Amino acid sequence: MPEEQYQRLQQRNAADVKELWDLLDEVKDPEVPVLTIWDLGILRDIEREGERIVITITPTYSGCPAMDNISTDVTKALNDAGYSDVKVKMSLSPAWSSEWMSTDGRKKLREYGIAPPEDAELDEDGLTPDAHALCPHCSSRNTRRVSEFGSTACKALFQCNDCNEPFDYFKKI
Amino acid sequence: MSDAIKNATLEYATRLGDDSVVLGHRISEWVSYGPFLEEDIAYGNVALDYIGRARMFYTYAADLADDGRTEDDFAYMRSDRDYRNLLLMEMPRGDFAYSQVRQLLADAYYTVLLPELVQSKDETLAAIAAKAIKETKYHLRRSRDWVLRLGDGTEESQKRTQKAVDQLWGYTHELFDMDETEQLLADNGIGVDVSKLRDAWFKLVSEILTEATITVPEDSWAVRGGRTGYHTENLGHMLTEMQIVHRSYPGCEW
Repeated sequence: MPEEQYQRLQQRNAADVKELWDLLDEVKDPEVPVLTIWDLGILRDIEREGERIVITITPTYSGCPAMDNISTDVTKALNDAGYSDVKVKMSLSPAWSSEWMSTDGRKKLREYGIAPPEDAELDEDGLTPDAHALCPHCSSRNTRRVSEFGSTACKALFQCNDCNEPFDYFKKI
Repeated sequence: MSDAIKNATLEYATRLGDDSVVLGHRISEWVSYGPFLEEDIAYGNVALDYIGRARMFYTYAADLADDGRTEDDFAYMRSDRDYRNLLLMEMPRGDFAYSQVRQLLADAYYTVLLPELVQSKDETLAAIAAKAIKETKYHLRRSRDWVLRLGDGTEESQKRTQKAVDQLWGYTHELFDMDETEQLLADNGIGVDVSKLRDAWFKLVSEILTEATITVPEDSWAVRGGRTGYHTENLGHMLTEMQIVHRSYPGCEW
């Protein structure tokens, strides 16, 4: 398990608000509904300050429009569970990294038809390569990048040369 | 934080936010007009990155101002004379070559600026820069690829690309100007001394232009004024469109 994920898991298991981490597993990313905000690494911290619950989230990309929805969904999930005083904080530092994505999340992503970050080797500039991302449909490496910018800020668009299916690749940043 | 530093930081965050929102809006004007679908989506993505950056800078400016204003007030409730963006960012979108050349000039600027801003003693500015650096790598690769393709393309695309470079070059000098506010912040390790960045920017841009068979212009003219609120007429028209809904229906939510 990569160091970043291990640290996150330690934090979650050690937290005195463990039931809240479990509760927030019901909040999904609105663009990739198979992933929870925990899976994505967007959910950074949960603290209890007296009656108030303070949630810290971090955006994947600067302009990610899902962040507003996620804040609303987090607040609603907690309100529904009886926590009326909820504050959602946005934290910019450290900057989100795709390394934070959970192992389980990566598997779910692939099953959903999106290649997770580790399914392609970065090119010499440290950016998404122009070929060979693993096709989530037929597992071929014979694929090519169609566009560096996909349906959302976090994805690039690929096509498989063997099964011909187009697919999204979750960028490694 | 002393009052002088705080006020300067507020002004600085506003300037950086203005640069980002104006450029982001300009890029967004291509959405649904891109030459093909993937390019349309790419423009949408890049626009979103810049507008997201603007939101972070404005949110920070609003925190510092602490007078009840929000990021929306900074974006939607200030007029052109209050905006402090660099003129390069407000130039109209022009044709595809013009937009890509401006993008290259701007992306190269952020490529040299952000690694400096990341060193800022101001944690929020450094955090925003850290986020933006990763995105800028992708932006520069795209604008570089397009300028190479258009410059070293057909006779027509070469002509248009050269024309765009010639028309925009005079707006780039302002990118490296310092004034008292920015000098104060640079001296205190908060802001970037952009006057030291022109050589690195010029090297990056001129290498790409030369490879694209484009002639790098002589420095024969320069227009300045964005940082003091003296804009080209283009900004007013752009803000009119950008702000009309917010100003017509104050407080409206949906």
